[in-house]
Amino acid sequence: MSTADTSGRPLSEATISLHRTASFVRLKEWGIRSVLFGCAAVSILTTFGIVSVLFSNAIYDLSPQRLGTDGQAKPNEAFFQQVSVTEFVTETRWTPQFSEKHFGILPLICGTLLISGIAAFIGLPIGLCSAIYLSEYAAPRTRAVIKPVLEVLAGIPTVVYGYFALVFVTPYVLKPLFHDLLGMDVGVFNAASAGIVVGIMIIPMISSLSEDVLRAVPRSLREAAYALGSTRFDVSTRVVVPAALSGIIASFLLAIARAIGETMAVTIAAGQTATVTADPFRSVATMTSYIVNVSLGDTEIGSIEEKSIYAVGLTLFLMTLCMNVVSQFVLRRFREVYQ
Amino acid sequence: MSDLEFEYAALLKQRHRISTCFEWVCRIATGSALLFLAVLLAGVIGQAWGWLDLQFLTGFDSRRPANAGLLAGLWGTFWLILFTTIFTVPVGVGAAIYLEEYASDNRLTRLIKLNLSNLAGVPSIVYGMLGVTVFVRMFGMIPAADGWTAAISLGFGTLEIPLPLGRCLLAGSFTLSLLILPVVIIASQEALRAVPSSIRHASYALGATEWQTIRHQVLPAAVPGISTGIILALSRAMGETAPLIMIGALTYLAFAPGNLNSPLEAVQDPQRVLDAPFDMFTSMPIQIFNWVGQPKAEFQNVAAAGSLVLLILLVVFNATAVVIRNRAQKRITW
Repeated sequence: MSTADTSGRPLSEATISLHRTASFVRLKEWGIRSVLFGCAAVSILTTFGIVSVLFSNAIYDLSPQRLGTDGQAKPNEAFFQQVSVTEFVTETRWTPQFSEKHFGILPLICGTLLISGIAAFIGLPIGLCSAIYLSEYAAPRTRAVIKPVLEVLAGIPTVVYGYFALVFVTPYVLKPLFHDLLGMDVGVFNAASAGIVVGIMIIPMISSLSEDVLRAVPRSLREAAYALGSTRFDVSTRVVVPAALSGIIASFLLAIARAIGETMAVTIAAGQTATVTADPFRSVATMTSYIVNVSLGDTEIGSIEEKSIYAVGLTLFLMTLCMNVVSQFVLRRFREVYQ
Repeated sequence: MSDLEFEYAALLKQRHRISTCFEWVCRIATGSALLFLAVLLAGVIGQAWGWLDLQFLTGFDSRRPANAGLLAGLWGTFWLILFTTIFTVPVGVGAAIYLEEYASDNRLTRLIKLNLSNLAGVPSIVYGMLGVTVFVRMFGMIPAADGWTAAISLGFGTLEIPLPLGRCLLAGSFTLSLLILPVVIIASQEALRAVPSSIRHASYALGATEWQTIRHQVLPAAVPGISTGIILALSRAMGETAPLIMIGALTYLAFAPGNLNSPLEAVQDPQRVLDAPFDMFTSMPIQIFNWVGQPKAEFQNVAAAGSLVLLILLVVFNATAVVIRNRAQKRITW
C-alpha cells in the first residue's frame, strides 16, 4: 500500500486505490476466515455423522423405503424397531448368526469388561508406579531416555499386540503357568492373553499422562514435606499423588475407555464365543470383536445381523463417551490450582 | 538413650525401609514395562528371522507360506497414507488456525473444543461404521445395483469415479482422515499456542492483516510442531486395522491398487494412477491380521515378518518426527 507522498501521485487517486485495496483485502480476509471455520466445522459434522449413523441403524430408521431383490418395497427397520430394548438388556444369549436368534448384549458386555478388567489390573499399577518413578526418582537424563522408549509401546499397531498374545503370551506364559503348574484349562483363544496385552498397551498412556500431572505439582510442596522429616515414600504417596489425584484418575478413565474400545488385539487373541463367564482362560467375544467378525463375513445389507452391529456400536460409543466425559469432568472439577 | 528415642530410631529405620521398598516397586514396574517391549520386539524379530527377504517384499500374497508376500499391502498402505495426508493436513491445520487465531471464546467455539476431545476418544471401529455408511454406501441414496460412474477425461487418462464409492481405497482414506483429524487439530493447536503473542503484535503493528500475520509469522514458527503432530497421527493411521476391515478392505488380494506394481509403471501408464484410488485394496496390518488367523504354523512367521516391516516403517516415521522437533528446538529462540 503506497501513499501519495512516496508514489508522487495526486492524493485523490491514491486514496481511491487505497480504498479499493482495503476492500479487496477485507473480502479476502473474510473469505479465508470462512474457509477456516468450515475446516473447524468438519469435526462437528463428524460427530453429527457418527450419532446419526448409529441412531438411524440402531434406534429408528428415517430413510424412505427401498426396493428389495424381489422388486417389492421393503421398509427400512432399525435394530430396536425389530428387537425390544428389554430383550437387548435382559437376555443372556447373543446368537444373531444362528437360526434361533437371541439378542442379549450381556455376554458381549461381560467379555468386554472381563478383558478391560484384566487390562486395568495389569496396566493401572504398572503405569502409575512408572509415572511415580519417572517423576520422583529418576534422574533427568534417565527420564529423557525412558519416557520416549515407553511411548514406543503406545505406537505399536494393535494387530502386532494381538499376534504377540496369540503366539507368545498364551503358549509361553499362560500355558506353563496355569495349565502345567496349576492344572487349569487354558484355551488357545482366551480372555487373559488379550487382557494382558491390552494392559501393556495402556501403560504408556497412564505413565505419560500421570507423569505430566505429577510433575506439575509445585516443588515447594515437596520441599515443605521433606523439611518436616518425610521420606520419599511419604512425599510421593501423601503429598504428590493426592495433589495430582484428579489428573491420575482422568488418565485411568481414558486408559480404560481405550481398553474397552480396543479391537484387533482382542479379536485375534480372545476368540469369538459370546458367553457370560468370569473365567479368564476361556474364549470370550467382546463388543468390538463381534463387530469385526460380522464385517468379515458376508452379511446381507439390511438384515437383522447387519443391523445388530450398529446396536452394539451404539452401546460401545455410549460407554466410551461416558468415560471420556467423566474424565474431563474429574479433571476440571477436582483440579488443585497452585500459584 | 531413653526409650522414646530408641523407639523413634526404630520407627525412622522402618520408615526408611518402606521408602526403599517403594522405590524398588516403582523401579521394577518401569523395568517390567521396558521388559515387555524388549520381549515383544525380540519375539517378533526371532519369528521373522529368515522370512523377511526380497521375495517377501516384492511378491503378492499366496496360499503357500513360503511364497506369501507383502507387496499388495505395501502399495495399499502407501496409497492410503498418501490420500489421508492430502485430506487431513489442510483441514486439520485450517481448523486449528481458526480455533487458535480467529475464534472468539463463545459458546460455539467451546462446543467445538469439547467435541474435539470427545472425538479423540471414540473407538476407531465406530469411525469404521461411519465410513461404511457415509462413504461406501453414501447413505444408500444411490442403490449399489444402479450405481453409476462419473468419467472425467484428463487428457492422459480418464478419472472414473464410481457412485456410491463402494469398497474402494478412497473410502478408506476418507475414514482414516476423519479418525486422525482430532489428533492433528489438537497437536496443531498446541504448536500455534506456543508461538508467543509478541510476534503477532509486532506484525499487526507493522500494518499486516490477520491472515498476513498468520501466513508469514505464526505458521512458519509453528510448522515444526504441526508436522511432528501430523507425522505421529499418520503413523497411527498406518497401524489402523479395524475401520478398514469395516470399510471392506480385502484380507486376500493378489494385486496392488490400480495394478500399479512399481513407480516406473506410473510413468508408463498414467491411467493406472487414476484407477488406484477407486480400486479394491488391502493394507499391511490387514495382511498381518489375515496371516495370524491362518491355520498353517508357518504363517505365524510370515505374520512376524509383516509386523517387522510395519514396525520398521513406524520407527522411520517417528524418528523423522523426533529429528524435526529437535532441530526446531535448537533453531528457534524467542
